[in-house]
Amino acid sequence: MLSKHKLLSTLIVAATLVALVLASHSQRAIAQDAAPDCGTEPITLNAYFETGFDIPFALADEFAKQYPNVTWDIKQDQFTNLINSTPRLLSGDNPPDLIRLPTMVSFANQGLLMSLDGYAEAFGWNDWPVPQLNQNRVAEDGTRGSGSLYAMGLNYSLTGIFYNKEQAAQIGMTEPPQTLAEFDALLASAKEAGLLPIMQWGSARSGMGLAFPLQALMASVGPVGPINDWIFQKPDATIDTPSNLVAAEHLAEWIQNGYFPPDINAIEYTDANARFGQGEGVFIFNGDWQNAGYDTDMPGNVGFFLMPPAEEGGSPAAMSAPLTFGIAANAVNADCAAFFLNWVATDETARQINVAIGGSNPGGPSGLTMPSVAEGSITNETLAAGPVVGEAGTSMDFIANATSAIFAQGWTPELQKMVGGRQDAAGLLAAVQEEYERELAE
Amino acid sequence: MLPGCLRQSKKNTSVNSLSSEGGSGATPAPSVTKMTSEIRPATSVTPRQASANKGGRREHIIGWLFVIPALLMYASFVLLPLLMSVQYSFFRWNGIGAMTWVGLDNYATVLDDPDLLGTVFNAFRLVVFFSFIPVSLGLVVASIMHRMATGRLGEIARTVLFLPQVIPLVAAGIIWGWLLALPGLINEILRAIGFGEVTRAWLGDFDWALPAVGFIGIWVLLGFCTVLLWTGMTKLDPALFESARIDGASWFTEFTRITVPLLRNEIGVCLTVTVIAALAAFDIVYVSTAGGPGNSTAVPGIQIYILAFTEQRIGPASALAVILMLLVLIVILPIQRLNREAT
Repeated sequence: MLSKHKLLSTLIVAATLVALVLASHSQRAIAQDAAPDCGTEPITLNAYFETGFDIPFALADEFAKQYPNVTWDIKQDQFTNLINSTPRLLSGDNPPDLIRLPTMVSFANQGLLMSLDGYAEAFGWNDWPVPQLNQNRVAEDGTRGSGSLYAMGLNYSLTGIFYNKEQAAQIGMTEPPQTLAEFDALLASAKEAGLLPIMQWGSARSGMGLAFPLQALMASVGPVGPINDWIFQKPDATIDTPSNLVAAEHLAEWIQNGYFPPDINAIEYTDANARFGQGEGVFIFNGDWQNAGYDTDMPGNVGFFLMPPAEEGGSPAAMSAPLTFGIAANAVNADCAAFFLNWVATDETARQINVAIGGSNPGGPSGLTMPSVAEGSITNETLAAGPVVGEAGTSMDFIANATSAIFAQGWTPELQKMVGGRQDAAGLLAAVQEEYERELAE
Repeated sequence: MLPGCLRQSKKNTSVNSLSSEGGSGATPAPSVTKMTSEIRPATSVTPRQASANKGGRREHIIGWLFVIPALLMYASFVLLPLLMSVQYSFFRWNGIGAMTWVGLDNYATVLDDPDLLGTVFNAFRLVVFFSFIPVSLGLVVASIMHRMATGRLGEIARTVLFLPQVIPLVAAGIIWGWLLALPGLINEILRAIGFGEVTRAWLGDFDWALPAVGFIGIWVLLGFCTVLLWTGMTKLDPALFESARIDGASWFTEFTRITVPLLRNEIGVCLTVTVIAALAAFDIVYVSTAGGPGNSTAVPGIQIYILAFTEQRIGPASALAVILMLLVLIVILPIQRLNREAT
């Protein structure tokens, strides 16, 4: 009697469970078809943002205003701390619905990140201009650039060369240099005029800023394809190529000519920008995320151009990286988070906030118009430069993002040694390649 | 004045004879023996041995009850992580996924890598700055204070010297970073007094970064050593110094013959604390240079951090941590033994 009873109740429970699972599955499938959203029930998005970057916070505020059922539970941390804590956050008990991702390959391989392929299908992200998404794709063999989508960019930053307009005029620069040789001549005349040609940061704490001019030189004297292959960890990719050697030797020459500040190995990122704002340095290699700072420090006196190609008539190239956000594999509110990522790129107010505060291209479908920017802001120049790189197909990710420790263990110490006269161009590339292979072998 | 001196010199001779028998503590010695002699008969005279034993056991249990909370905390937050680090050092693990047994491979990795071993060498160079200089300088400063600045002035000097201990090391590291920068205050002072050629970015220079980090360490640890050693000196019988002065001893003789020998315990404590601070250094280095330029200020603490958290290689990180712990023990144990022999 008793056992019969038990059996019956077990069967009922099992049947209910099966029905529930089936129901939730079919519900989910329907939701996918109709493009997921945040629903109407109160919902709390669990997010991890990067301290000091205002843009995600501003977007989150606006999103909550437009969708009042959404509240945010935002935790924040410094970028370097975020790099170290991301694996534990993703695998922890309360996986984030939305998280700023410094790197993604290892997390994707470890199954910690949700594949966004379903959402890309539902929202039509696959029809957006290609370079936006391919940096966030990871193939099954762990290479980036193609495969499943694991993250989206809140915006797409662009790097190049900012210049102090007054000092540039002083050295006879009437228009941005068209070739590397012209740029070299400007640097030489700046040095002759007693000005500091290039301000750049280089402390180990900030990460060596000479990686910016080095990569710009690499793309100026050679093709961007092999550089991207190396960053995306394609099989047999190497950074130690003949054209990269030419670039590294060129950088070594700039160092020897005294084009960088003598104390570069001790300069923090924030100090370099502050000193540039105070008029120390004609040029600085940096990205459009610093636009607001430059507009404040030197209003109307700052200009921007892309690193010119070595060959006359060649196309300029640039590092252009998405401000990457992903969704944890076990996130509770994945649909709402994906809806937010889509909203950021397509909603007019969101795009306006993105450009005004972030200074970067908000991405999205190709048909949308670019939001307007305050007149005289340097953002006008960086936004105008974006399509140039987009059309030429010469955008690159950052060489410091190839592996999680290549910046801390490779580029930074080796470039610092180069400044200190303890490393040459060939040795630099060989040492970084060795570190890269050691890390990939792990 | 003459009678006073006479009286004191008499007292001195008696103290001297005592101290030569039983170290520095002249007065406590008799009282201790007195106390024990009072207790001992009481226990041995008790008629019922069994109940005394029972009482002893109960005291024993109560003692343990008092210790257990602290012991639990110590075990779960110190001993357990320590044992887990040892365990991790034999595995290949990224901190999340499956662990693979690799035996001693991680130790071989660490010992094979010149960059990782170089950090150990840097740590020993830091010992000079974090330990030897603060302890010897602290001895001199404390001794001068003890002899000359006894009133308000000494109090102010001790407070000022001790202040760095109160400031969080991260804040101190950031501020020193500014002071030691090329446009910083230190270089401005050097330029003002005519040493313009030696100015440099102290924390960005391959030859000077480690001494500059060491200098921050001196600034932090000098006050600690000075105050500890000064406290030790105040416990010494002033009569010792007075008699030495009457015998015409200079400050230096007083210092080498009385102060240093009698302060062996305090010096031992200072050495232990500061040597550990040097070998296990992390915060000051991470905030001021993060190991740069090149790897010229990289210490084991920094590499353990990068290995474990940036590279997600828990195995080699734990192996390096275990090696660091053994190194600290190898250096500290002899100091401790010397200390014990002194008492």
